[in-house]
Formats: sequence, structure tokens, C-alpha cells
Amino acid sequence: MSVMSYLGAIGAAQREAMDADSRVIIIGEDVEANVYGTTGGGKSRAETGDFVQMYGRERIRNTPISEEGIVGIAAGAAMTGLRPIVDLSYSSFLYMAMDQFVNQVAKNRYMFGGQASMPVVFRSAMFYGLNTGAHHSDRPYPMFMNVPGLKIMVPSTPSDAKGLLRTAIDMNDPVLTFEACTLWGSKEEVSDEEYRIPFGVARIAREGTDVTVVAISSCVPEALAAAEVLAAEGLSVEVIDPRTLVPLDTESILRSVAKTGRLVVADPAHRTCGAAAEISAIVCEEIFDSLKAPIVRVTTPDMQIPFSPALEKQMYPSRTTIAEGIRKVAGLA
Amino acid sequence: MVAIDKNQMLEMQRRMLRIRYFDERASKMVKRGHIPGTVHTSIGQEAQVVGATMALGDSDYMSGNHRSHGHPIGKGSPLGPLMAELVGKATGVCKGKGGSLHLADFNVGSLGESGIVGSSIPIAAGAALAAKVLKNGSVSLAFFGDGAANQGVLYESMNMAGVWNLPVIFLCENNQYALSTPAHTVTSGVIADRAAGFGIAGVRVEDGQDILAVYEAVSTAVARARAGEGPTLVEVVTYRFNEHSEGLRIGTDYRDQEERAEWLKKDPIVLFRNYLETNGFFTAEEMDQLEADVLAEVDEAVRFTDESPYPDPSVAFDDLYTEQLQEQFA
Repeated sequence: MSVMSYLGAIGAAQREAMDADSRVIIIGEDVEANVYGTTGGGKSRAETGDFVQMYGRERIRNTPISEEGIVGIAAGAAMTGLRPIVDLSYSSFLYMAMDQFVNQVAKNRYMFGGQASMPVVFRSAMFYGLNTGAHHSDRPYPMFMNVPGLKIMVPSTPSDAKGLLRTAIDMNDPVLTFEACTLWGSKEEVSDEEYRIPFGVARIAREGTDVTVVAISSCVPEALAAAEVLAAEGLSVEVIDPRTLVPLDTESILRSVAKTGRLVVADPAHRTCGAAAEISAIVCEEIFDSLKAPIVRVTTPDMQIPFSPALEKQMYPSRTTIAEGIRKVAGLA
Repeated sequence: MVAIDKNQMLEMQRRMLRIRYFDERASKMVKRGHIPGTVHTSIGQEAQVVGATMALGDSDYMSGNHRSHGHPIGKGSPLGPLMAELVGKATGVCKGKGGSLHLADFNVGSLGESGIVGSSIPIAAGAALAAKVLKNGSVSLAFFGDGAANQGVLYESMNMAGVWNLPVIFLCENNQYALSTPAHTVTSGVIADRAAGFGIAGVRVEDGQDILAVYEAVSTAVARARAGEGPTLVEVVTYRFNEHSEGLRIGTDYRDQEERAEWLKKDPIVLFRNYLETNGFFTAEEMDQLEADVLAEVDEAVRFTDESPYPDPSVAFDDLYTEQLQEQFA
């Protein structure tokens, strides 16, 4: 075991995958210089662990700022024998490549009757909460949940980031991983061994009996903090981290809600047609009779993200707003 | 001149005839309602298609566009599963999931036709990246039209192919119209000249009805790619004889009728047959026999299609992922 940061764990998974399979390549903007700490040992090319030194520029490829071309080229390479990991830096930049994601990456296996294999992972950071304004702060995974053919992971801990990424790289289906930058610095003990976490298996982040909180990405630590506060108030909160949104572990969510009868979904994406909306709908459709109170969604409102620190912070779910949601669903507010 | 023997020339004519007869039959089948939806025929553009596909090897890749039947036929895909796909039969090359716009036959390196203009161009560039990294010696070719020549993704792909020296050919099938819009009214400059901006080779085949001219240009580009000398943009000037898509009744006013009449005289199949006979490669009887043989092939493809079952409705839920997810049935 080693103490790893979220980004360090992603770097470890990428290194393991690069070592294990010469078909794995990393392409993207600024990957050579290890700008985000996932393709090297430090901030200098000379430091041990630098990916360009280890794997060469044939497999570590800096790209121009051409998202549509990058995504399409990665798709074509995946269809013909490579297993690319694509670093698109910020999630807000995915829109530039929407045609390739929707019309090629997601459709080619299906449209061609199963002939195409699409082993490619698209990494991007949701760079929100850091006063970068409306063009860097998106949390767009619900848009991609609406595209059949893509798989989506939203790891919330370093251990999950490492294990899920290894699984994603091994898959023959396209995976988008959304990494919340507010989690980048979080640290924990992570196994140095190679391990893989299956998709579609939620993690019970905290067990409880009174209220279920399904928390997504950066909402997981906030929900755990809220649960801690409410424990002191005598409320037992169960926190579930789905870890992957496609496929979604509906069974674990339903089992928990059937037990507690009360559901809060904490989701940093926008409210309308978001992951929280989908999870709420599934629970209503499947176990409406188990609900003791209306479901509460704690999300970012359907509003653009403002720049000023005085304006931005209130937009996202926090331990405070999640705790309010829990009190509401428990009839304490 | 790139060397070419008699057998290759016979094969060129055979593949052009396959495209012509296949598309003529498909056109009729659309009009009679035997093919659902519509098709975009390559009639008139056979020399441009086959001159390019014959310049590729069996293990080379290509991606295509909405004018989609000629490419896999030109690359050697059997006609039966292609026709069955157009009708939506279980034996279709894509199991009935793709249809005319999305033919793909990975067995011959056909990575798929695309209904979105320009969208499949980076797929071919990506296949070239894989070939380069895996050092498997393959090259790839992206077919796109004069319409797609104004899509940004072409230039993102050309730039990356240039800077990474990828073994890829960008083949612009300039049939001079993007549906009804004349290319010259929406295209600044000459398409082939745009290669210079990326520091890659660019060539314009002025007579795309001459299959040997197309073959020569594309073979040169393929040789360059295979030798590690990077990408080439090849623009081939040709003409679509039929409407943009079958059954699209938009009239013909957008095309000058004298212009069309002149191009109809330049039927690539007639021209090449004359060439083969005049130069003594084949007799008129041999050419007649070839045409009869190909017509029989198309008849057989239609028979295969007619006798094939429609897919079971449950098949609609296969092939989205490597395994079925629970959500697909919710």
C-alpha cells in the first residue's frame, strides 16, 4: 500500500496499463509535459517515472488542440488494434468532439453489426469550483448518459480511480471517465498491486438505516461529511457511490432504498435530465411503495456557472445542502 | 507510370461493372419499395472509386461516406451481404443494423461508411496511426466528397496526419455538387491546393473518369505512405450521373443540362471498355461476357437477399456493447 492522491492513482493505473500492453497509448493535449501529474513522476522530464522517457513519443503523443480530430483518430485507432487512453483535459472541451463521440465512438459497434471493437478511454476533468468561469466548469456526464453505446465512470476516491481505470482500459467498449478536480488532491492508502474494479458495482461508502444518499463523484465526500453531522443528530445515513453511471448498479441502490425508505440523490451536474433525475425515476418506477417520503435531489441548478467566488460556490451541492436534503427527506426540516 | 497488367485491368472493369449494376438494381429496388429508405448511387463515379480501391492492398483500410456502396464493392466485398444489408435482412453485412448509409466489411478493411458528412475522415487517420504504432505496414484511405472538404475535421485530421507522418490518403471525390450546391460556389480555392498548407503532398486528378489516371495517382500516394513518407491529399474531379439520392425529386435546375450532357458522354465504364478493346487487351466478346458475368453476380446477390430472412426483433438489442447491459431492456 502507498498513500496516493487521486491523480497519482490515475497515473499509476496508466503506468500499469502501459507496461502490461504495448497496444496502450496515451494521446492528448499536454500529456508529454505531465501537466496534470498523470503521465510522469514529477514536474521534470528527468524525474523517475516520466512517461516519455519510459515509453517514448510513439506511445505518448502530444496532440494539437483539435478535439474532434483527436477523438475520431483515437476511435479509428481503437477499431484497428490500439487501445488509446485519450486525455482531453477539461470536460468542457468534449463538446468540440460531440459528432465523433455520438456518431462514431458510440455507434460504430452497433451500426456495423458488431464488427467494430472500440477499446478506448476518454479522460477529462470537471474543473469546477475553482473560479474558472462558465467555459471550464462543466459537469457534462448526463449528456453522455443519453448516448447509448458509451460507458461512463465517475470515480470519487484514489482507489476507485485506479481500479476502475484499469478495467476501462481492458474493455472493448468506449469509456468516458469524468474526474472532478475537487478530488484531485484527495489522498488515501492505495494498493500497489494491480487490481480492477468491475463496472456496474456500487460502493457502500457508509452504512446506515434511516436515509439513503446516492452521491456522485465529488458529492461522495460531501455526503459522507453530511452523514457524520447527522449521525451526531441521531440519524443513520447510508451513502452509496455508484462509481459507474453506465452501467448503473440499480440493484444496490434499490436494496438500500428498500431498507431506508428515504432517498436523497446528490449530483453535481445540472438538475434537468441529470443523473439524479434518472436515479430518482428508477427508484420511483421500481420500489415506489417502499418510499416513506418524496425523493430529494440535491443538484446544481439549471443555471450557468458564474466566475466570482462570491457567486460560484453556492451553485454546487455541499455538505450543508446535502444535510438539508437529508433532514428534509427524514421529516426533520 | 505505375505498372499494371492485363488481369488487373480486367478486375478494374469487373469492379466498376459491379458498382454500376449493383447501384442500378438498388435504384430500381428503392423505387419499387423493395429497399426501405433511400440509397445514394455511385453511378458515374466508378472510375474514381475503383481506381482508388484497387490501389490499396487487402490489409489496407478505408472509411467512406453516404455515397457508400461503391467503396466496399471496390475493395472486394461480396455483393450478396451488401445487397441484403440494403434490404435489412439478417444476412446483411451489418446484420441489418446499418443499411445503405452504414455499410462496413471489416474483412476487406472497410471500416464503415458514414452518414455524417466528413465524420469518418479521422477514423481512417486513426487506422493509419494504429498501423504506424503497430508497424503492420497497412495504409488507410478516407473517401469524402467536395461537401466534406469544407468540414473542419478534415483539416484537424490532415494536420495531425502531417505532423505524425501517418500513412493515410485523403481522397476527395469531387463530384462537383454537395446535394444541389455547386462546389465552386461554396469552396474557396482548389481543394487539392489545401494540402500545401499542411506541408503534405497534394494532387488533383482532373479527369476522374479515367480509371488509370486515378489508379496512378492513388498508387503513388499509397507507395509514399507505405514508404513512411506521410499522407497525401488526392482530389479527383468526377461527376454524379444520378440524383443526390434515389427518389429525391428536387428537379434538375441546379445543374446545367449541357454540363450534364457533356459528363454523361464520359461514362468511365464505356471509356475503359473502349480502351481495353482498342489497345487489344480484350475482345468485344470478352467484354460482353464480363458484363454478362457481373449481371449474373448482381442477380445472384438479389436472389441471396430475397431468400434471406429478416432479423429476429431481439437482434436489435445486440452489439451495442460487448455484452448486453441491463439498461438496454429497462
